Amino acid sequence: MSQPTIDALVFLAWLVGAAGFVLGLHQMNSPATARRGNQLSAAGMALAVVVTFVWLLTPGNPIRPGGMGFEAIAIILVGFVVGGGIGLWMARKVAMTAMPQLVSLFNAVGGGAAALVAIDDYIHIVGTPELSISTAIFVVLGAVIGSVTFSGSVIASGKLQGIVPGKPITFPGSRLVTALTALVAVAGLVVLVMGAAGLLTLTAETQLIALGLIVVAALIFGITLVLPIGGADMPVVISLLNSFTGTAAAMAGFVIGNPVLIISGALVGASGAILTKLMADAMNRSIANIMVGGFGTGDTGGGEGPAGATGSVREIGVDDAAIQLAYAQKVIIVPGYGLAVAQAQHACRELADLLEDRGIEVSYAIHPVAGRMPGHMNVLLAEANVPYPQLKEMDEVNPEFERADVALVVGANDVTNPAARTNKSSPIYGMPILDVDKARSIVVIKRSMRPGYAGIDNELYADPKTGMLFADAREGLTALTAAVKAL
Amino acid sequence: MSPELLNAIAIFVLAILVGFEVISKVPATLHTPLMSGANSIHGIVMVGAMLIAASADNWVSYALAFVAMVFGAANVVGGYVVTDRMLQMFRKRPK
Repeated sequence: MSQPTIDALVFLAWLVGAAGFVLGLHQMNSPATARRGNQLSAAGMALAVVVTFVWLLTPGNPIRPGGMGFEAIAIILVGFVVGGGIGLWMARKVAMTAMPQLVSLFNAVGGGAAALVAIDDYIHIVGTPELSISTAIFVVLGAVIGSVTFSGSVIASGKLQGIVPGKPITFPGSRLVTALTALVAVAGLVVLVMGAAGLLTLTAETQLIALGLIVVAALIFGITLVLPIGGADMPVVISLLNSFTGTAAAMAGFVIGNPVLIISGALVGASGAILTKLMADAMNRSIANIMVGGFGTGDTGGGEGPAGATGSVREIGVDDAAIQLAYAQKVIIVPGYGLAVAQAQHACRELADLLEDRGIEVSYAIHPVAGRMPGHMNVLLAEANVPYPQLKEMDEVNPEFERADVALVVGANDVTNPAARTNKSSPIYGMPILDVDKARSIVVIKRSMRPGYAGIDNELYADPKTGMLFADAREGLTALTAAVKAL
Repeated sequence: MSPELLNAIAIFVLAILVGFEVISKVPATLHTPLMSGANSIHGIVMVGAMLIAASADNWVSYALAFVAMVFGAANVVGGYVVTDRMLQMFRKRPK
């Protein structure tokens, strides 16, 4: 086979791989086909990787004339075994509650790899006529976005894991540092582009030092960007960083002129952008407002605010709550992140199973930002063997509340607060909420009257239809299950 | 701008539009696996790592290519495996 034919076949194989990504993502629109979709996407990846490896071995390939040498083969194979081994090990052992930090970590390494590819290409072409203005721009963009994603995702992962405190961290002058690093990156971009355009005469060393400074500034920027953001805003941060990594991969694709990187990076960039927007909308806050940070306490239910018991709340005993549930026809469970913190998913499903055995219709109402990443609560419940047809999205379930005899709220707070609909002076006014207050009766399992992430009182608790069952989520659910059994 | 660059920009813009179109249909129930799956896809940067490994001819480049390769491979393998682990838990009927 002639080399042009080989090159064309490689290009087509990349295209098939990219098509696998698109079709795989498309199949994720239903839980029934999603697993196949992911496997299709993985097959596309395997094809792209294997074909690239074989191509680089052919003597006529344009990347390394004569075929890549022993060093390159060793780097690729050993790198794959080491990186793949670490990835596999982490993916196998991670707990579902820890999924957000793992996704963040994979995000970090993806962004880091994109930055390294851009930087290495620049080292090769700096000082040669190959360095064009557009390449200089893409190198800086790839290096900056990749580095910001790397350090930002590591910090986000650390916050989620509890290694870095989850509460917003600000220090005097932190905004100034963020601004300065951004300034350095922009100034560096201008200098390097002018160098590439021939407007400035710079030695190759100067240009490499400039790129180095840009990377350091970007790494610091990533850290100071994520530190001031509170734990419960993480769904937005993770989505945004995911979008950044995709963009960084696309920029690296522009640098090395590789279409499959451009296509895949753009796909991921777009998907991350959509999720970021959805999450911000579900919190009724702008993306800018979230990224500025300093909001909230860092953890739902972890608020150190005053124990505000406004109005009179009605306390309810386990037996009364069990009777309400056992003689209902329709029960909607409203789980929040507090449920996962208390590891109460299984206890929750046991209660739901028991109610279903009594012929009661049970479903779960899940707010888009329940958990630490988009859709996190669904995964946690699926792990506890809740069948997915019972998992209802907000828009789907809200009209059903008025037909529900009991809404059982476990570990959710702000997303059930009717003040978001009615009280214009409330900080959460306008936030889309679950219409729990429309149910015929409401049972709230909660440890105390402590306010949620937004630090405000929940009007739902003062509703005459609401009974407060003061207990830890898991203990409360287990006690309810026992009480229903005893009836 | 060269024709190659213009082509690449066209591909980039079209792929963004495809991304918007495909993703906006995914139900909220699957947002975590979706993000994790998208996460694996940007592991394609591993192909970039292979290309820089092939063209490397000094120790700096070897080192950069190796780290990029480790990062990319962790991203790809870990991402797909963990996404699969999550998706197999989504069942219509409980076990």
